[in-house]
Amino acid sequence: MQTQAPATPRLLIKGARKAYPAVVANDGIDLTVMPGEIHAVLGENGAGKSTLMKIIYGVIRPDEGELHWEGLRVSVANPAQARALGIGMVFQHFSLFETLTVVQNVALALPGKFDLASLATRIEEVSERYGLPVDPRRLVHALSVGERQRVEIIRCLLQNPKLLILDEPTSVLTPQAVRKLFETLRQLAAEGCSILYISHKLDEIQELCHTATVLRGGKVTGTCTPSLETPQTMARMMIGEDLPVCHHGEPEDGGEVRLRIEGLSHATEDPFGTHLKNINLTVRSGEILGIAGVSGNGQQELLKAISGEEPLTDRRAIQICGVPVGRLSPAGRRSLGMCFVPEERLGRGAVPRLTLTENILLTAYRKGMLFAGLIRFGVAKRFAEDCIARFDVKCGGAGSEAKSLSGGNLQKFIVGREIMQNPKVLVLAQPTWGVDVGAASFIRRSLLELRNSGTAILVISEELDELFEICDRLTVIAKGSLSPTIVTSETGVEEIGIWMSGLWPSSEASEGDSHVA
Amino acid sequence: MWLRFEPRAEPSRLMRYLSPIIAVALMLASGMVLFMLLGKSPMEGFKVFFLNPLKDSYGVAELFLKATPLMLCAVGLAVGFRANVWNIGAEGQLLVGALAGGWLALHFEGSNSPLLLPGMIVAGALGGMLWASIPALLRTRFNANEILTSLMLVYIAELMVSWLVHGPWKDPDGFNFPQTKLFTAKALLPVLMPGTRVNAALFIAIAALIAGWVFMNRSFMGYQMKVAGQAEHASRYAGFSAKRSVWLGMLVGGGMAGIAGISEVAGPIGQITEHISPGYGFAAMIVAFVGRLSPVGIFFASLLMALLYMGGEQAQQYLNLPYSISKVFQGMLLFFLLGSDVFINFRVRLLRRINK
Repeated sequence: MQTQAPATPRLLIKGARKAYPAVVANDGIDLTVMPGEIHAVLGENGAGKSTLMKIIYGVIRPDEGELHWEGLRVSVANPAQARALGIGMVFQHFSLFETLTVVQNVALALPGKFDLASLATRIEEVSERYGLPVDPRRLVHALSVGERQRVEIIRCLLQNPKLLILDEPTSVLTPQAVRKLFETLRQLAAEGCSILYISHKLDEIQELCHTATVLRGGKVTGTCTPSLETPQTMARMMIGEDLPVCHHGEPEDGGEVRLRIEGLSHATEDPFGTHLKNINLTVRSGEILGIAGVSGNGQQELLKAISGEEPLTDRRAIQICGVPVGRLSPAGRRSLGMCFVPEERLGRGAVPRLTLTENILLTAYRKGMLFAGLIRFGVAKRFAEDCIARFDVKCGGAGSEAKSLSGGNLQKFIVGREIMQNPKVLVLAQPTWGVDVGAASFIRRSLLELRNSGTAILVISEELDELFEICDRLTVIAKGSLSPTIVTSETGVEEIGIWMSGLWPSSEASEGDSHVA
Repeated sequence: MWLRFEPRAEPSRLMRYLSPIIAVALMLASGMVLFMLLGKSPMEGFKVFFLNPLKDSYGVAELFLKATPLMLCAVGLAVGFRANVWNIGAEGQLLVGALAGGWLALHFEGSNSPLLLPGMIVAGALGGMLWASIPALLRTRFNANEILTSLMLVYIAELMVSWLVHGPWKDPDGFNFPQTKLFTAKALLPVLMPGTRVNAALFIAIAALIAGWVFMNRSFMGYQMKVAGQAEHASRYAGFSAKRSVWLGMLVGGGMAGIAGISEVAGPIGQITEHISPGYGFAAMIVAFVGRLSPVGIFFASLLMALLYMGGEQAQQYLNLPYSISKVFQGMLLFFLLGSDVFINFRVRLLRRINK
């Protein structure tokens, strides 16, 4: 802990208020961050964490309130000014230019002219030092979520910040990498850098943070020392009630095989992608199979192969309910009873500027919503209203645009849309990424219910806690290969963490280096 | 006091429909100022420009005559625009359509077949589609931006028309004017009202507007195109074909523009000349946006645009203003429309203070 000398706070916020047309996002928030302090900001989605961070980083201007930086009152007009003060921020939704390389993206954020070659070397040094492996010459659009986040962190670290803001930073790291990041953060804090750490993972906050400020509904509901609290007490401060617990019954044996992947090898056209090597797996009716792994190890390629967005040459490599579908389009696979929840919600799982009713049509149009090539909007609207009610989607109604929903609510809507089609097979990628605890727990319970009703579910996630919570069996993807499958109750986070670096018994991947440092 | 733009929670439906009306009002107001600056009485200018053209039934018929190609082009373009397929080469597609249908008329000169005119219309549509398929192919095969390619093809089409009427297709008895022979009776669209020039193409245009409405608002294919235009990844995720959207958007736009070409050469012009279209293909883009990409809106916006064309002619005759005054009005209309469209997604707040 920081010694309580009469030090000036690095950052002091008094009465920050920001009102949006529909909602007051921040309502009189006070926050004090001392030099070298790791300060958690805790709260559900929509509690106002991101707004507060954007005020500090100069992305938005508060309607009211004061901001003091190292004792001086300042008004941060834009992120460039924030960076000049020494504030660095890693956004939850990344702010990278997809068509540029890593090093070009970093150069854009740094003041002055840069020699890209020497900057690339510096990036490699920082990435080496902090255990954040990334190739500076790669194009950002080809990077996975986890890799993009590493770029964001490195970009901030290169500017030697005095205050580093991290928004949900660990959701895409292995347990070992999280530990390494924590070492980095502690090292930074020891060097005097203050850290604002936004997370919904209470155990992480307990392990890492010195102080926590809890937000609910745009107001501060408490300040605590996480080491003196339990996850339950903090959760109560955050959501105002106890966390619901998932009841995970035993899987029923002998369900039929609904999804079979047989000897799937696929070379991706993307020069930076991961080739899939001899993937084999089966998912039976009434079970949830989880695929763990560090992002960038072939998850995207595997997902696209399963969904049909990337057509295969081998028909038999993927079978849905015994039908070879390797060459079918996504629509063809859907008509066999497969549903799919992608990792990106806006832009892939939902069209931002269409209404929820219109977004229902995207995949659920087979449910009686078409007649002679024309749309029956009444049916779609009823489906959307059902989905909003059943999955507790907070929105203005079926006529709201998808982009007006918060991440968690949109995810509930998309998951709901897919579940309500009564899929035989449901494939989900990162089902609760960046979703608040309440919504995440709701989604997990819905998945367990669906499993109990006999659906075969495949979850690809980078959140180990989640996989351990809901999956019956686990496997790990590393460098495009799958580990053996293991029953969840017979393994632990440590073992899976090691497998995630490509080291599993008698595996091919263990011969080479994996993407994990 | 500060003015600040704030994003609205939801786009304003009211502004969406009000915006074109505001744009027209601002265009009129600026037009008055413009007349004044040119030393004309604004009231006189307004009368000549906007009221004179419609003072008799001939004028009204002319209005519909000029609105016909605009409706055809604009509804075809709107199908593509909704899918973010930016075909801005309707002018060229109109010309190639006119050439294709015109070739048929010249080839079967004097034919009495009742199939000649329908054949010309089909040929016109195919010609326009052919011209539009080039940018479609370049976009889907090589990812070339269709805005550039379709625009460049306009100039190629113009030069092609020019070459044909100066060269191989020139009327040998035409005193060396750059134009073809006049089309014979069976190759001309029937006139709807004796004594006027408005012809049967108006019915085709109205049918196209109705079909366009059904396609855009009620058909699943129209929905798929909207998704493809707004979020390519979502469309791939759903299993819709993005390429099909590009092709359909370009071909519908090209086909309609081609028919618009026929409505001119087999209508008021009756032959192929160097001046088939006074920029209908370009004006149709403004029409499509003023009409909110919706067929009902396009119907009214076409009439307005036709009025601007006619007002320009009147202003030339009675006010001694250059014909390009109608282009100025077109430009102002688009300019004000884009300006007031900002208020669909934003609103202005008066701020008395920023910080306490």
